[in-house]
Amino acid sequence: MTCEQWQEKIDAYVDAEMPEAEARDFQAHLQTCTACSSEALARSELKRSVHLAGKQFVPDPEFRRRVQTSIAPRRGTRPVTLWALAAGFIGIAVLLIVVGPLMLRRQAQQQQRLLGELTDLHVSTLASSNRVDVLSSDKHTVKPWFQGKLPFTFNLPELQGTPFELVGGKVSYLDQSPGAQLLFTVRQHVLSVFIFKDSPELDRMRSGEVMHELSFNIESWTQGGLRYFIVTDAGRSDVDDLRARFIAAAQ
Amino acid sequence: MAWDRDKAQEFEQLAMPLFGPLYNLAHWLTQDRTEAEDLVQETFAKALKGFGSFQPGTNFRAWMYRILRNTFLTSRTGLKAAASLEDDDAQTPPPATTDTPESILLARADHDSIQRALQRLPVAYREIILLCDVEEMSYREIAEALRVPMGTVMSRLARARKAMRGLLRPNATGAHS
Repeated sequence: MTCEQWQEKIDAYVDAEMPEAEARDFQAHLQTCTACSSEALARSELKRSVHLAGKQFVPDPEFRRRVQTSIAPRRGTRPVTLWALAAGFIGIAVLLIVVGPLMLRRQAQQQQRLLGELTDLHVSTLASSNRVDVLSSDKHTVKPWFQGKLPFTFNLPELQGTPFELVGGKVSYLDQSPGAQLLFTVRQHVLSVFIFKDSPELDRMRSGEVMHELSFNIESWTQGGLRYFIVTDAGRSDVDDLRARFIAAAQ
Repeated sequence: MAWDRDKAQEFEQLAMPLFGPLYNLAHWLTQDRTEAEDLVQETFAKALKGFGSFQPGTNFRAWMYRILRNTFLTSRTGLKAAASLEDDDAQTPPPATTDTPESILLARADHDSIQRALQRLPVAYREIILLCDVEEMSYREIAEALRVPMGTVMSRLARARKAMRGLLRPNATGAHS
């Protein structure tokens, strides 16, 4: 094949769309042709730059929630007889009167216990002389540190130009399950972000609202099979802000 | 009913991971946050409604992008873009030219210049570059998403990249302002 013919195929090579045998021939040609090899390199670099620059727009978390709600499966309706309806109502009434309060109380106790544990973890971290095991404000250092230590991975938000600063992280445990504890500062306040694999126990936590435990603000949400918690003495707006950044980073 | 519920659940599981990338493309196409949100919302609503006709085993991502694109092309902003597509594809592919060493400088164009150049490209060119370079779709997937033959994908992509390189040249008007 002539050089001119190869030049027409540089895009296919850069896009990994060239058949294997042809790609081998082209690589051999690249060894001897400066023009083609410079062009292939330049196009491949431009492709990489476009890949990075093109990922520019991130949807608003609130918009994402709205769309997700609009497509979420709803319980279907089907014609029922009056008897079945009446039996259903009686059943529900019995459940509400007898089992309901018990279940609600158990759920509230469970939630309280988890909130207590998380607050303890946060406070004991603050009291420790070695607050974190990986000390770095660079997310590209902190995230890889967790590789092999946790049965999942997660994304860290870009904090440049925000009031938040990453301090570092360590492995933490909740209900015998390992998770990530990440420490951030905002002005003089410290925030712990805990990330665990979601479980039926954790799933009972209320999501999307700021809760209070011993005057700490705690927020929790699930995303992509992971359960996130923020525990801090910082204000509600800071908690919401950091939460939105984590949600955007995980998308 | 249970079937509908299962289907809706399956749709949610398949579609939500594409939410961010679809929004990114929608914003690039419409160049406006509100219009992008409307476009994505309408795409998800249409896709959920038509999910019964989706063939399992075929490419769901390409199917979603096709719906987004068709919805865009019938919108006010999209209608203008659609008009120029057909004529353009009838042209022969651009001759292969190498611009070395200038092309090496282009490849190192900064983030902002590339974003400005993408914005200035005609929609059809911007779209195919985004599908190929940002979404990393194969030519076959792009052909499915755009409903065009593979040959058209290759020739349109070649023209789009040539136009992009043109905009990134230091003397291109506005590209490095």
